[in-house]
Amino acid sequence: MYTHDVIIVGSGLAGLRAAMELVGRFDVAILTKVYPSRSHSGAAQGGVAAALGNVDGDTPEAHIFDTVKGSDYLGDQDAIEIMCNDAPAAIYEMEKLGCPFSRTGENKIAQRAFGGHSFQRACFSADRTGHALLHTLFEQSMKNAGKLQVYSEWYVTRLIVEDGVARGVVAFDIKTGRLEVFHGKTILFATGGYGRAYQITSNAYANTGDGITAAYRAGVPLMDMEFVQFHPTGLYQHGILLSEAARGEGGYLLNGLGERFMSKYAPSKMELGPRDIVSRSAQTEIDEGRGAGPNKDYVYLDLRHLGKEKLMERLPQIYNLAKDFIGVDAMKNPVPIQPTAHYSMGGIPADNDCQVLADEKGNLVKGFFAAGECSCVSVHGANRLGTNSLLDALVFGRRAGKKLAEVTGGMDWSPVDERKELDAALNEIRALREASGSEDMTSIRSELKNTMTYKAGVYRNGDDLGQAHKKIKELQERFKRAPMADKGNTFNTNMVESLELAHMLEYSELIVAGAIERKESRGAHARKDHPTRDDAGWLKHTMAFKTADGGYELRYKPVRITRFQPQERKY
Amino acid sequence: MAKVTFRIFRYNPDKEQASRYQDYIVSLEPGVTLLNCLNKIKWEIDPTLSYRMSCGSAICGSCAMKVNGHALLACKTQASELVRDGVIQIDPIGNSPVMRDLVVDLEPFWGAFRKVEPYLMPDSRDNPERERLQTAAQFLKIDAATQCIMCAACWSDCNSLEVDNLFYGPAALAKAQRFIYDSRDAKKRDRLVEISKLHGMWDCTHCGECSTRCPTEVKPLARIEEIREAAMAEGVHGNNGARHALAFRETVSKRGLLDENYVPVRSVGFFNIMGLLELLPVGLRMFIRRKNPPIIPHGIDNRKEVRKIFSRQKEFRRD
Ligand SMILES: Cc1cc2nc3c(=O)[nH]c(=O)nc-3n(C[C@H](O)[C@H](O)[C@H](O)COP(=O)(O)OP(=O)(O)OC[C@H]3O[C@@H](n4cnc5c(N)ncnc54)[C@H](O)[C@@H]3O)c2cc1C
Ligand code: SF4
Ligand code: SF4
Ligand code: FES
Repeated sequence: MYTHDVIIVGSGLAGLRAAMELVGRFDVAILTKVYPSRSHSGAAQGGVAAALGNVDGDTPEAHIFDTVKGSDYLGDQDAIEIMCNDAPAAIYEMEKLGCPFSRTGENKIAQRAFGGHSFQRACFSADRTGHALLHTLFEQSMKNAGKLQVYSEWYVTRLIVEDGVARGVVAFDIKTGRLEVFHGKTILFATGGYGRAYQITSNAYANTGDGITAAYRAGVPLMDMEFVQFHPTGLYQHGILLSEAARGEGGYLLNGLGERFMSKYAPSKMELGPRDIVSRSAQTEIDEGRGAGPNKDYVYLDLRHLGKEKLMERLPQIYNLAKDFIGVDAMKNPVPIQPTAHYSMGGIPADNDCQVLADEKGNLVKGFFAAGECSCVSVHGANRLGTNSLLDALVFGRRAGKKLAEVTGGMDWSPVDERKELDAALNEIRALREASGSEDMTSIRSELKNTMTYKAGVYRNGDDLGQAHKKIKELQERFKRAPMADKGNTFNTNMVESLELAHMLEYSELIVAGAIERKESRGAHARKDHPTRDDAGWLKHTMAFKTADGGYELRYKPVRITRFQPQERKY
Repeated sequence: MAKVTFRIFRYNPDKEQASRYQDYIVSLEPGVTLLNCLNKIKWEIDPTLSYRMSCGSAICGSCAMKVNGHALLACKTQASELVRDGVIQIDPIGNSPVMRDLVVDLEPFWGAFRKVEPYLMPDSRDNPERERLQTAAQFLKIDAATQCIMCAACWSDCNSLEVDNLFYGPAALAKAQRFIYDSRDAKKRDRLVEISKLHGMWDCTHCGECSTRCPTEVKPLARIEEIREAAMAEGVHGNNGARHALAFRETVSKRGLLDENYVPVRSVGFFNIMGLLELLPVGLRMFIRRKNPPIIPHGIDNRKEVRKIFSRQKEFRRD
């Protein structure tokens, strides 16, 4: 058994930022299934929002309103205020730690336009902003190597909660297969998103919602799981993201007929409408037969008019992605794109200091924290604005760290029964290892991902969702008869994938369940059979609880509205 | 669709003592990346094949491996470009102990970064309320090195590392450049002194493999040249590497040729008795094998031209 005061799971922006508040004051451990620099935060391209006002008259006030509106009024407004007000300080801190930001003519941090933001608010580092931020924090973790224990390539399988108090986690060392209990006074989950359940996705293979599922299995509810963001510009068939920065810098969207179709859907913002609207517009063009290509199943992102210089200076990575992955030279040809599953708005419910909620009434799970994409605070509501999630991870990572310092200081050790926890974890793994039957993981996974993309995707309806639910139930059963082929101990990625698939099968059901119940269209949740927003019935958060019989129960929690009454959302 | 043989290095310490190659035959669909093919093998043929991957989009640095003898990123390379006589041979990256199949122990690679103190060390007095200012030109100086995704492709194919496993390696030296050239860092000179030591920047042999293999714009060799330049400009000369460069310049600019007797002695330092004694056996061996350079150096005929190049270059630097 390993013992540390604070145990952080996840080494993306949220986890590393939280750790910085704690090093030197507490014995801190970070567990991460990939090396820190390989966390998915590094893939973020376009920017991080903060009303610095370096290029125009932006204010935190405007940022707050844009975010509330962008969230389709499902965001909790007090949390949004905190995020937007803290934003400038969070960015200046990163600059001081050495983050290489692109600069304006006055040598300040450069900022550009992004969908749904009414000012040029996205601070950036060319088109690899997440990479620049993540490596800056990774550098700081190396600086503090003596005070911060990083367990890289350790996979957390279980969260230990007993009598409402979080006490640790169980994890295994991927390199050797060794299983260990990690005992802590406080635990922070910063385990990232769950977009991998979709066939077409911009998410890393690692984004399999492990943290949220582990929390759910330990009795923690999950909030707003039905809200999955689709990004309009995924590389055709790969799903790989072409950042919204491409449109921020002036790129057009064209349908198969060569028309800039956004003029029909968001005439004032055009391509810079918020993501949910642009994704639905692209999907509608495809669904109504105005797509491009032999199957008319994609549309175009056109960057040709930006010119070589701007393309290479501002969007070099995007240029290379199109060239390397589908062989399209964006200087000469428009790039084929389709909507791709991108961001998880839902997750582990937490208060404004990242303390995890035990129920819809506001009771807490003592000693358990969540920050970043795995959490649902909720600052993004039904639809996250681009560049607000790196910000979420930084601001709430920092807040989680500060609150953890306070709580850990005043907390005693709650005992852990090591044998019992190890046995429970072993049993879970053994069930996977010793499964016998003729089913195979690969087809189960691909059937799940296709179901999610085509039945619970950009557009949804009651029939499709009902079929998806049935299918997932069937897949869960079949999974029990899918043997794990690799029974070894050393770097057994087959076992990792098997655990991940178990997670995806569990949380996908909750995405679909929440979506079936929510009979309205709000933000990223768009139902063809209930096409309008219904504030009287549905201005509330979904909370899914695991029941004793292994099923789930949905309950609801009101949205915190402080200053902005819901209005119709027009762009 | 063309059928291709993937000849993959296999090793599982749980089961076998020696490594081996295993062939998998896969038909290449158009447009697939090497990582797509490996996933197809793992998911449809042999789930025990192990390798690292995460982002699938050339940004996380997980999927470096050796293909046909050279390191590259599996997720960003089209498989069709790699076929040689119907075969793609895949090995784990080099200069690193293999743990299993294509997975290597990366601790030495990460350890090298720690040697260069890879974090900003600003002047504590430089602490404005908002951001510190930096010009676009200053940003450009660190633009290349900050693109490193820590994939270790350069480390894999570095020739110096092959003979000296304490060498810092290309990526860590590029990381050092990133701080040495950052207008916000206050420890330029200390950093230069530190990485001028044995196994540091002067131990690179200029083979250029790192820059050829690097999947991003870092191009480590170019960064190493920049830090060497900075060391010369800052007068960080008290080490063999810098003395070697100076001696090299001295003899070439004087005689138009390299004086191979002078350079090593000057590099070690005229007053460094121990260091000079260490050179003796090498010199003797060379003498016995008749590989020693002529004792009395001769020059070339048009030395003037060579000197002109040097003075031109000096002017150019000043501009
Ligand atoms: C392609 C792409 C582009 C994006 N661009 C932008 C953008 O421009 N602006 C913006 O604001 N947002 C962007 N986002 C979203 C943003 O990047 C993420 O929301 C954010 O980085 C999440 O950070 P995080 O710290 O919460 O999690 P992550 O960075 O995803 O880190 C998760 C961590 O948890 C660890 N982990 C997970 N499961 C386990 C387990 N079982 N055991 C141990 N460790 C585990 C992982 O190892 C990892 O370290 C983008 C997202 C994608 C996919
Ligand atoms: S140029 Fe230097 S650092 Fe690069 S591979 Fe060759 S020896 Fe190694
Ligand atoms: S310098 Fe290039 S090859 Fe080396 S680790 Fe960095 S990105 Fe990879
Ligand atoms: S999988 Fe991330 S770089 Fe290839």
